[in-house]
Amino acid sequence: MARIEQRTIVDMISHGKRIDERSLTNYRDLKIEVGIIEKANGSAQVFLGKTKVMVGVKVETGDPFPDTPKEGILTVNAELVPLASPSFEPGPPDEKSIELARVVDRGLRESKAIDLEQLCIEAGKKVFIVFVDVYVLDYDGNLIDASAIASLAALLNARMSNYEIKDGEVIYKPGHKNLPMKNHPITVTIAKIGSSLVVDPCLEEEQVMSARLTAAIEDSGRVCAMQKGGMEGLTMEEVKAAVQIASKKANEIRERISEATK
Amino acid sequence: MNWEGENLFQEKRPERLIDPNGLRLDGRKLDQLRQIKLEVGILDKANGSAYVEQGRNRILVAVYGPREAHPKHIALPDRAVVRCRYHMAPFSTEERKSPAPSRREMELSKVIREALEPAILSGNYPRTSIDIFIEVLQSDGGTRCAAITGASLALADAGIPMKSLVSACAVGKVEGQIALDLSDLEDKYGEADMPVAFMPSFNTITLVQMDGSFTLEEFAKALDIAAEACGQIHEMQKTALKGKYLSIKEEVEEKGEVEEAGE
Repeated sequence: MARIEQRTIVDMISHGKRIDERSLTNYRDLKIEVGIIEKANGSAQVFLGKTKVMVGVKVETGDPFPDTPKEGILTVNAELVPLASPSFEPGPPDEKSIELARVVDRGLRESKAIDLEQLCIEAGKKVFIVFVDVYVLDYDGNLIDASAIASLAALLNARMSNYEIKDGEVIYKPGHKNLPMKNHPITVTIAKIGSSLVVDPCLEEEQVMSARLTAAIEDSGRVCAMQKGGMEGLTMEEVKAAVQIASKKANEIRERISEATK
Repeated sequence: MNWEGENLFQEKRPERLIDPNGLRLDGRKLDQLRQIKLEVGILDKANGSAYVEQGRNRILVAVYGPREAHPKHIALPDRAVVRCRYHMAPFSTEERKSPAPSRREMELSKVIREALEPAILSGNYPRTSIDIFIEVLQSDGGTRCAAITGASLALADAGIPMKSLVSACAVGKVEGQIALDLSDLEDKYGEADMPVAFMPSFNTITLVQMDGSFTLEEFAKALDIAAEACGQIHEMQKTALKGKYLSIKEEVEEKGEVEEAGE
C-alpha cells in the first residue's frame, strides 16, 4: 500500500474518522443468508462489507476420540480459496487459514456451542461428527468475524435426520431435527491503528494496523476465546479496553444471527 | 502390568487439582511459578541459542541470522524477514506425536513469531532473514510461553538488536481459582488457560490467547497476574544473559593470571 494511503488512514482514524465513514466501533453492513446449499446439512453465507464467506456444515458418523467416548466431534476447517484474493494461492492450508479455522473452532468449542454429548450414538463406538467448513470467497478484511458469524448461522441452520439406534446401527426415520445447540459465541475483532482501537477492520485498515485482538463472547457475557495477531503489541490497557468493547458489540451481532436463523 | 498396547506412562485424571490447603498437584501455591532454569549459548553451530526448563518442560531454541534470505523472493527491501518454527519432538508428549507439523504447531509458530517481532529491530538488516527454531523436547503445559522466553534469550545471544526482551507466562483457572503457570494436567482439566507474552519495559503485550471461560473481571485480574509473573521471568532472563558474559569474563581473567605467573 502506498505510504500516503497508509498515512491518510492512520491520520483520519486519529481524528475518529474511517475511510468508509463508519464510527470506530461500528461493524460494516452485515447480511446473513442461510440454507443456500441444499446438499449440506446446514449452510450460511455472510456479507460483511465486501468480505464474503460461506460456511457449509456436514454431519456424518464415525469413531469417537478415545478420551471422550461419549461425545460427538466438532471439526472446523477453513479454505482461503485463490479466487477470494490476489494474495491467496492454491495449496494446502497455510498458517493464515489454520489460524482462522482454529480461532473459529475455539469460540465454538470452549463455549460448548454444540452439546456434543447429545451426538453420541453408541458410547466408545459411534458418534456424529460435525464438519464445519469455512470457505472464504472475497477477502476485504476481518475474516475471523465473518467466518465465525457464518459458522454459527450454518450450525443453527443445520438439520439432521431423525434417527433411532437398533443393535448399534443408526436407523433413519422421517423428519428432521436441529443440531443440539446450547450457546452462541460471537467473535469480535478489534484492530489497533495508531493509538485507536477500531472494530471490524476492512482490508485497508488491516494493512495499516499494528495489531489485532479477537475476543469470543458467549451468551452469559463470559470470554471463551482470545487471539492476538499482528506484528506489533498492545498495551495492558488497550487489551482490557478491547475486551470491554467486544463484550458490548457481541450482543448486536448475536441478535442479527438470531433473526437470520429464525 | 499389561505390556500390550497400554501406554505405560498414562496419567489418569486426578481427583483434585487443589488440595484443602490450597496447594496444587506439584505442591505449588496458586500464584507460584514452576522452577525455571535458563541457559544461553549452548549450541555450537547456531548464531544464538538457549535452553529452557520450566517445570517438566524442556525446550531448545536456536537462532540463525541475520543471514541471506532463501528463497530470494521472501526478502524484504527495508527489513529482515523473521521466521519461526515451533516443533515438538515425537517423544515429548505422553502419547507419541507424529513428527509431521500439526495444525497446532503451525498456529503456534505464527503466534510465537508475532510475539517476538515487535521486539526485534528488523529494520537494521534489510534483505536478510532471522530464523528462530524451537524444539520442544518435553512438554508439560505452557510450552509456547517457555519457548518465547527462550527465543528472546537466543535472539540476544545471536547479537540481534532488540527493543526489549520478551517474557512469557500462562495463567489460568483451576477449580474456580486463578492459577499461575498451569501444568499440562491443570490445563487439560482446568477451566481456562491464557498464555501471555510481555515486554515489561514497554507495558506491551505481544501475545495473548485464551481458551476456556473467564468473566470480564477474572480476565482482567488474570492478565495482571500474568504481567507480574512475566516481570519476574524478565529478571531471570537478564541474569541468564549476564551469566554468559560473567563466565567469559572469568575465563579471560584466569588466562590473564596464568600468563602473568608465567612471566
